[in-house]
Amino acid sequence: MTPGAQRTAGLVLGGLALALAGLAPLIFTDFFISVILTKALWLGVAAASLVFLSAYGGMVSLAQVGIYGIAGMTYANLVAADGGSPAAWTPWVAVVAAILVATAVGLGFGAIAARSVGIYFLMITLAFSILVYYFFSQVTQLSGFGGVNNLDLPGLVGDPVQDPAPLYYTTLAVAVLVFLVLRYIARTPFGLSLQGLRDEPARMRALGFDVTLHRILAFTLAATIAAIAGVLSVWYNRRISPGSISLAQTIDVLIIAVIGGLYRLEGAFVGALAFALLDNYSREWTPDVGEILGPARFNTIIGVIFLLIVLASPGGLVGLWNDIWDRLRRRAGPTTGQVKGQPLRGEG
Amino acid sequence: MSGPADRSPGGGPAERQDVPATGAASPEPAAAVVARREGGRWTPQRVVYTALAAVVLVWIAVKAGEDLRRFAVVTLNGLTLAALFFVVASGFTLIFGLMRVVNMAHGSLYLLGGYLALKMQESWFAEETTIVPTLGGGGTDADYSLAGWIVPLVISVAIIGVLGVVIQQVFLRWNQGQDLRQALITIAISVILADQMLAAFGGISRDIKTPTAWPTSVLLPGEVRFGFFRGVVVLGAALLIGLGLWYLIKRTRYGKIVRAGVDDRDMVSALGINVQLVFAGAFLIGAMLAGLGGVLGGTMIALAPGEDSAFLVNSLIVVIIGGMGSLGGAAIGALALGLVDAYADVYLVFGDTDLTNYSILLTFALLVAVLAVRPLGLFGRPA
Repeated sequence: MTPGAQRTAGLVLGGLALALAGLAPLIFTDFFISVILTKALWLGVAAASLVFLSAYGGMVSLAQVGIYGIAGMTYANLVAADGGSPAAWTPWVAVVAAILVATAVGLGFGAIAARSVGIYFLMITLAFSILVYYFFSQVTQLSGFGGVNNLDLPGLVGDPVQDPAPLYYTTLAVAVLVFLVLRYIARTPFGLSLQGLRDEPARMRALGFDVTLHRILAFTLAATIAAIAGVLSVWYNRRISPGSISLAQTIDVLIIAVIGGLYRLEGAFVGALAFALLDNYSREWTPDVGEILGPARFNTIIGVIFLLIVLASPGGLVGLWNDIWDRLRRRAGPTTGQVKGQPLRGEG
Repeated sequence: MSGPADRSPGGGPAERQDVPATGAASPEPAAAVVARREGGRWTPQRVVYTALAAVVLVWIAVKAGEDLRRFAVVTLNGLTLAALFFVVASGFTLIFGLMRVVNMAHGSLYLLGGYLALKMQESWFAEETTIVPTLGGGGTDADYSLAGWIVPLVISVAIIGVLGVVIQQVFLRWNQGQDLRQALITIAISVILADQMLAAFGGISRDIKTPTAWPTSVLLPGEVRFGFFRGVVVLGAALLIGLGLWYLIKRTRYGKIVRAGVDDRDMVSALGINVQLVFAGAFLIGAMLAGLGGVLGGTMIALAPGEDSAFLVNSLIVVIIGGMGSLGGAAIGALALGLVDAYADVYLVFGDTDLTNYSILLTFALLVAVLAVRPLGLFGRPA
């Protein structure tokens, strides 16, 4: 039971998951592909932008939903749609514009928030996210009165209602790409210094690193990822309204990241899948207990699960996976000079 | 003096010295930069900020000159809004200052406080007097005695205070110091509370009725009419609470312990004071302030799903501006936020272009302006 075994098991599991994801349209129903898997993937990308900041930069940002809302709203306004501005750009141009706009706003947010750390950072980014929501609620020229509906989609995606597979494969490819790029960045000199200043900001500063600049850049990168998630989300929903970027959504993405695990990138997707499954199926098996519990009380259920995870396993489901391996290893006894403590935050 | 932004633990004391701002002659460039930034010179940054402040003041003055009476009403609106923000945010900042707990359920406590008072008022004190055929539906014409407002307020505030202590004892006490985890726990609690409140009280906006004996408005000097509840009750309550908290913190033994605890919790504990009791007390007061804010806000504005997050965010912005843990900061932050909200909602009209839609951007600008100069807020201190 060496760490190697855990890594192998993780790789096998990841490979299996990827193979299953690749063959999913052959195995599952269209409903499952669309409502569970595609949704889990774009939610996972959104959560990955949060987990990236948290795992490698030590910054828990709640602004990600605000940023993906900006990307989604920009896309929705630029392409042909019911509501919003009358512009009717080619979808791909609108995608690029949406990501650029959201990244630029993310850079601005980062420049303001990155000087704060810890809980201050969390509060400031939460305020940003909600201000974005209020902005779009107020400015109905951009958000329409009933949201922006019937968005024009790029030809690649086709019509998700007729055949969900193209959108699913697009989302899957983007999600895998995002995952790999973030993993890669974590191992570049930039990623390593980011992790350095997560653990020892004072020392890194003494060594001559520009701590604030690193934080801002990391935040901007995460904003780009969030923007991609925003575009995927409006492709999936074909509509966007201020309600879809409200505080509830901000908290949902946070819940996904926490359920999966705030300290590992995989956690974002594990959490998103768990969330999508719960969102859809918990309504069926939830018993009716007066007004307190019932099919309509999904938020209570997800809130309780969130609470239990935070209380019991702050590392989330991925943390649970690590705990199990730790326990197996301990049962196997101290073998090849293995020290019992594992680094708290996964790989360094 | 030295803004927290300029702290550089790696830089050593040389940077912190108050070097005379001679600039070019200084042998150490870093020190020169810091000195220039801190000295009373007109740096480009400072010029920009002063210019911005001047523009805002001139704009308000011009708008005020157009209609003085309207200006008075708008200002009073801003002040009463600020008073409400202060009541809610002071509880939030009190809890944070002492325990470093960011109580994300503060907004939920606010809304629950309001709903509980509403429920009590409706079920115990509604006296149907005038037989008005309410064909329009919904509107019940009921009279309320003074007790019909005060009693629900007192009971609701007490319940919320106890609930706050329960939350602290059950969920937060055993993981003190893990501020992120505590924030997540309170977020989870707020999610559950919000959903349960939606189930119990529905999604329709409702408000708590004022006692029938109270006048609806008062006439101020200069023929200005202003709502009695907003202008007298809410402002008065906020002033009383501000004074009360000031007295509690600055003049009582409990306040002394709280202030000592803010500075050095371990030392207070080592001196034989039961810190846990002090913490529970702070949570009691903090939650009670949220509940009181809920009753005031539920009477002044309305109770509806979403008000919880609105007031959580208002509290966040107030304390981010004012500095976490500072009561004076909460007062200043609430004033700034309330006045900006009120002016931006009315005066953002330039000729034919009506920009009041974009008023939220001014709130954002306020936040950014403060954070750009002082990342820890106006009165914030590093933890």
